[in-house]
Amino acid sequence: MLQGRHIIDASDLSVEELSTIVNLALKMNADPEKFSNLCKGKILATLFYEPSTRTRLSFESAMLRMGGSVIGFSDAETSSVKKGENIADTIRVLSNYAHIVVMRHPREGAPLLASQYSRVPVINGGDGGHQHPTQTLTDILTIKYYKKDIRDIKIAICGDLLFGRTVHSLLKTLSRFPNIEFVLISPSELRIPYHLKNSIIEKHNVKIFETTSLEEHINDVNVLYMTRIQKERFFSEDEYIKLKGSYILTPEKLKHARKDLLLMHPLPRVNEISYEVDMDPRAKYFEQARLGVFARMALIALLLGRSH
Amino acid sequence: MLKVTGITQGIVIDHIKTGNGLKIFNKLRLDKLDTTVVLLMNVDSKALGRKDIIKIQDYTDINIDILGLIDQNATINIIKNSKIISKTKVEIPKKVKGLFQCRNPRCITTIDDYAISEFTLVPNEDKLQYRCNYCEEITEYKL
Repeated sequence: MLQGRHIIDASDLSVEELSTIVNLALKMNADPEKFSNLCKGKILATLFYEPSTRTRLSFESAMLRMGGSVIGFSDAETSSVKKGENIADTIRVLSNYAHIVVMRHPREGAPLLASQYSRVPVINGGDGGHQHPTQTLTDILTIKYYKKDIRDIKIAICGDLLFGRTVHSLLKTLSRFPNIEFVLISPSELRIPYHLKNSIIEKHNVKIFETTSLEEHINDVNVLYMTRIQKERFFSEDEYIKLKGSYILTPEKLKHARKDLLLMHPLPRVNEISYEVDMDPRAKYFEQARLGVFARMALIALLLGRSH
Repeated sequence: MLKVTGITQGIVIDHIKTGNGLKIFNKLRLDKLDTTVVLLMNVDSKALGRKDIIKIQDYTDINIDILGLIDQNATINIIKNSKIISKTKVEIPKKVKGLFQCRNPRCITTIDDYAISEFTLVPNEDKLQYRCNYCEEITEYKL
């Protein structure tokens, strides 16, 4: 039962619930018109304490496509936060104005705190370097759409695996599906946190191979998930400059990949995928962003108890 | 030989490892109590050789989780009418709230007064490690 729930971490959703969301999203993608009045009369509040064009607009588009309305702020500098209001007070007031809330916050754990004081479902739209469950839903939906099933997949994840919240969420979630194998490619400074690695190996007994080389492993994976090295997650500019060019995917490198490779990226990219790669039929990152709207539509509808 | 009499009502924290008595005394802020408190250090012990003991008259409301973090071998005796009515061994707390800060500078608990740091014990033989319930970062508890 998803109605009325908070979605803070992708782990809040069971494999069955993930499948329910993905299946509804696929139906919405196939026939969006059919769902155009599904959330009529409902209001989504978008509380964005740090800038994020894509996630916010994707949520807003999702709600508007289902006939719902949207309120919110996209810059904490212009909101009551600037006056020093704490999260608990903000959510206690704003959850009276909307039927569902999505929150992005630079502080890790902020949406969980908000959910403890909210009268309506809270969706985590990204909290610092921690979790980003709707990106994970988008990723799962994309894999299902192109690979038809989420099982027996070898997936390489490349880039910033230490701070990248999309990666943490994806790892934890995919680990729960049958026979998933991970190749984790990153500079040694940006490897996944050891506690995360230990916990998914302990819980799900998945195979994880860590490496620093993209070239050596590109030829034997079904999915390649590229991520950017985010400037804002670094404490020093020098460190950022040193690492940002570490992994750039070019047509040359892709020659060695499988013909049926699914190439994904949560976007925005900086320079980790060269523009020439966009023409490659295996590059699906813009399609992934399109599917993200349907993933969010399905999630909002189910949390509001309106799936058909 | 220094003699300290027993208490008639209250709590005795016994079998404290030598040196931990003062730490527990400070962490429990026992100097703030207006009742009689005795801290005994380096007392002869059959089991430990030497030990520390804390006796608190007319007061039993202490935070056992703090004891569990500092000294897992201590025992707590509740005294009534000069008799021990219950004896409990301290355990490492599985969940702790508000006793120490999350080490992650990006964690919401480091800036928001409503977010009181909460942790869940991560089993580890050598270290006292706790996972933050908000940001999931691991913090090792050290005094």
